[in-house]
Amino acid sequence: MSALETNTMTNEPILKVEHLSMRFGGLMAINDLSFEARRGDITALIGPNGAGKTTVFNCVTGFYKPTMGMVTMTQRSGKKFLLERMPDFEITRDAKVARTFQNIRMFSGLTVLENLLVAQHNMLMRASGFTILGLLGFAGYRRATEQSIEIAKYWLEKADLLSRADDPAGDLPYGAQRRLEIARAMCTGPEFLCLDEPAAGLNPRESLALNELLRSIRQDTGTSILLIEHDMSVVMEISDHVIVLEYGQKISDGTPEEVKNDPRVIAAYLGVEDEEVEEVIEEIEEIQETEGGQGGKH
Amino acid sequence: MEYFVQQLINGLTLGSIYGLIAIGYTMVYGIIGMINFAHGDIFMLGGFAALIIFLILTSVFVGLPVVILLLVMMAAAMLTAALWNWTIEKVAYRPLRGSFRLAPLITAIGMSITLSNFVQVTQGPRNKPIPPLVSSVYEVFGLSVSLKQIMIMILTVSLLAVFWYIVNKTSLGRAQRATEQDRKMAALLGIDVDRTISITFIMGAALAAVAGTMYLMYYGVIVFTDGFVPGVKAFTAAVLGGIGSLPGAVLGGLLIGLIESLWSAYFTIDYKDVATFSILAIVLIFKPSGILGRPEVEKV
Amino acid sequence: MATTTYSKESAGGSLTARALREGFFAGLVAFGLFFLFVGLETTQNIRNELVLNQRWGLLAIFVAVAAAGRFLGVLYVQPWLAARKTAKAAVADKDVPETFLARNFSKLAILALVLMPPVAVALFGVQGSLKWVDNFGIQILIYVMLAWGLNIVVGLAGLLDLGYVAFYAVGAYSYALLSQHFGFSFWILLPLAGILAAFWGMILGFPVLRLKGDYLAIVTLAFGEIIRLVLINWTEVTKGTFGISGIPKASVFGIWSFDVGAANNFAKVFELPMSSAYYKIFLFYVILALALLTAYVTIRLRRMPIGRAWEALREDEIACRSLGINTVTTKLTAFATGAMFGGFAGSFFAVRQGFVSPESFVFLESAIILAIVVLGGMGSLVGIAVAATVMVGGTELLREMTFLKAIFGPDFTPELYRMLIFGLAMVVVMVWKPRGFVGSREPTAFLHERKAVSGSFTKEGHG
Repeated sequence: MSALETNTMTNEPILKVEHLSMRFGGLMAINDLSFEARRGDITALIGPNGAGKTTVFNCVTGFYKPTMGMVTMTQRSGKKFLLERMPDFEITRDAKVARTFQNIRMFSGLTVLENLLVAQHNMLMRASGFTILGLLGFAGYRRATEQSIEIAKYWLEKADLLSRADDPAGDLPYGAQRRLEIARAMCTGPEFLCLDEPAAGLNPRESLALNELLRSIRQDTGTSILLIEHDMSVVMEISDHVIVLEYGQKISDGTPEEVKNDPRVIAAYLGVEDEEVEEVIEEIEEIQETEGGQGGKH
Repeated sequence: MEYFVQQLINGLTLGSIYGLIAIGYTMVYGIIGMINFAHGDIFMLGGFAALIIFLILTSVFVGLPVVILLLVMMAAAMLTAALWNWTIEKVAYRPLRGSFRLAPLITAIGMSITLSNFVQVTQGPRNKPIPPLVSSVYEVFGLSVSLKQIMIMILTVSLLAVFWYIVNKTSLGRAQRATEQDRKMAALLGIDVDRTISITFIMGAALAAVAGTMYLMYYGVIVFTDGFVPGVKAFTAAVLGGIGSLPGAVLGGLLIGLIESLWSAYFTIDYKDVATFSILAIVLIFKPSGILGRPEVEKV
Repeated sequence: MATTTYSKESAGGSLTARALREGFFAGLVAFGLFFLFVGLETTQNIRNELVLNQRWGLLAIFVAVAAAGRFLGVLYVQPWLAARKTAKAAVADKDVPETFLARNFSKLAILALVLMPPVAVALFGVQGSLKWVDNFGIQILIYVMLAWGLNIVVGLAGLLDLGYVAFYAVGAYSYALLSQHFGFSFWILLPLAGILAAFWGMILGFPVLRLKGDYLAIVTLAFGEIIRLVLINWTEVTKGTFGISGIPKASVFGIWSFDVGAANNFAKVFELPMSSAYYKIFLFYVILALALLTAYVTIRLRRMPIGRAWEALREDEIACRSLGINTVTTKLTAFATGAMFGGFAGSFFAVRQGFVSPESFVFLESAIILAIVVLGGMGSLVGIAVAATVMVGGTELLREMTFLKAIFGPDFTPELYRMLIFGLAMVVVMVWKPRGFVGSREPTAFLHERKAVSGSFTKEGHG
């Protein structure tokens, strides 16, 4: 899990989506979509509302079964998983792909710490001998519990939630719940983390803290990240690779620099009758101005 | 063949009664998402009200025409049952609206226990038989169809038509459908949600009381425990037809009635309720949205 | 339609007017409700025809009570409640120091239960203790155990089960049939009955676990009824409605027996006068041990990954799946564990009664057990035990109230009102405390300090 290892392995795809299609009744939500996310990268999936971003996520994480196509996850060990054939919980448990949700899904009646312990279910389940040894009070389980609390503590510190560990998760403010959801996903020990609009509804300060958290996740654990985002400042600032969707199809794919200059992307955003468009263009220009001649990250 | 058609008619009659009760379940479930467990007991209460009115009328006005007798019984049963359901909703269900989901269910079960035991305490635990009211039987193509069977079926069809009209064509029905979709939004648009829900309970109870009157007339006997089994079967019917759908409730009721009478006729009467409950389980497991219901999509 | 909100400007004279109006209205409604059912009574005359009895005096009492109750309620109770609410809001969040009693409630309760039979014998004599040990002690403890078992399914995993009595029946019939056909003893059949019930829990659970909320409730109700109907109709094996009688008694691990003729009869060995009370006292300790085992396992399981997964499942099933938890096996284990305790309780029931019949396993039993779980506060063992004591003990107590005969005349049979009062109590408690007696939840792990989670955060599950 060292940073060094990840650096040497960049450019190797960790997730490969090939000819993915998803049909809901008569509606083609995703149409023949192919893209790759590379190991160690933060890959962003952007696009106007209704472009099918969340559907892609749900297909990758097994919550939807795609109508057609292949989703391949390659682990660090070289082991490959065909995600479209696996049930959702196995994708997290075996293929090591974790996710968060657009509408936060907390265990609001459990404490923050308990939330993180639930995320380590499979590890603890094995350690407790599928409950039986644990019930009999074997020492192995006690050690595993202590270890799991250490892991939880590590992520609580990262997410700046240590002081609230014993409060019910439902009692946290919105931004903290977002961070908790990411920390909880990390407690499953993923190699690939999918975040569905992690910055939605955050204030600028929380947004900065989030960027920090995501960077440190990549730095310290080498976890690759795929994120859906509307907030362009987040996308442009932290992602290494951007994929743009429109009407379920890929219209652009490249570094943030390349994507924001792509005429098709600009047209796609302009094509939408929405105030959002102005915002996006302004933001793009702003970023271009501030970043000046820095160029891409690759 | 004749035997089969005969059973078909019996099944349809029974199914009509289930269908009338099922409408109350489906409407209440549609509008506040609650299984009104006490609805079967409202049906029983309606039957008892009809019984008592029958006894009053026959002892005070001897020789009253049967049609008037039945109409007065039905009207009085509808009024009484509606008043009961209105009061129950106001006292026991309304304070719990929007709270913990299990609380209304437990309250409704408590209400069901209360109602049946109330009738047991005030009216006694024994079977209450009445002399046959309508006994004409017609011979059609070698089949015997009794007048009361015809009456029950015609009544069900006409009541369904009236209710379908109310729900789909009147402003009250619009208010009901709006409340069903989104209670908060409906309230913001100026719909009196409390009143709409109250009226739904009143309508459901009135139909259950009609069913109770028909039940009393058809079987000629009623007892305080008669709420539970028809209630559960009517709920099965509502689910089978697709909960929330009025025609679905009647269709489900007819199917349950048919299954019951055909099963008793061709297999064994002992296991007829097992057959009904198994169908309920099978439908829910394989097609939880029922026959005419809209499927629910899991949102992630 | 009368409004029920209390506002400042309606104080004083207009309040009295409003109270009068609402009181009158309530009287009118009560008249409509009770006119047919209370004012008139259907009875059979000598020729077996139905005739009506008139009870207008009783009806007048009902109407007067409703009107006066509403009048006083609007005039005094509502302002008082509103005042108390504002007063309470002012002093909210004040830490109340825990008393010794509150802190050690469960330990003291267990101690009291262990001491109960000897105290009852000392106070009422060997024969006189029977009533307290059997009618109250064993009866309440059976419900406590059943409710604790169901609590695993409903309170922890959030799966609404309306057919729990089916597993109780499986346990009871397993014991009855296996002991009659194979002559196994109670101590062999007790675990076996639990395992069989757990097995049935899996069989019934597997197809229905995809269902959500109310649908799950109805299917479990259907399964409960199917099992009861099969018990009634499969007469070759179950003897139908006649039930199975002559179920052998349990022994003290085979050392002492309670059979009257046996050489190692308990009373004979200890040279005590013959009495059935010893057997009941023995059974009391058996059910106490079984109930405590249920509680112990529940407490331990909550700190295990499986227990946390159950609670997480209650909170959000989709999030569980996203964390790699196999929700199907998690639900099944909850179902099976709950069923197993139901099976234990069932085999105990069979050995206590010496007789089982389908009559004992009607839907009402499931409803009562579920009501106890919800009334107690889902997930809270103490709350559930309190609810069982109040609801079951309270209705048992009604049998004892012979003094009521002095008030209502010699025909008055309090038992008749047992279920009526039980049903009303269910409604009243739910309206008064929708989250039950104990609404808060104890966390299973903590870093700095253990704080109870308020009931407003916990969810009730949707599957």
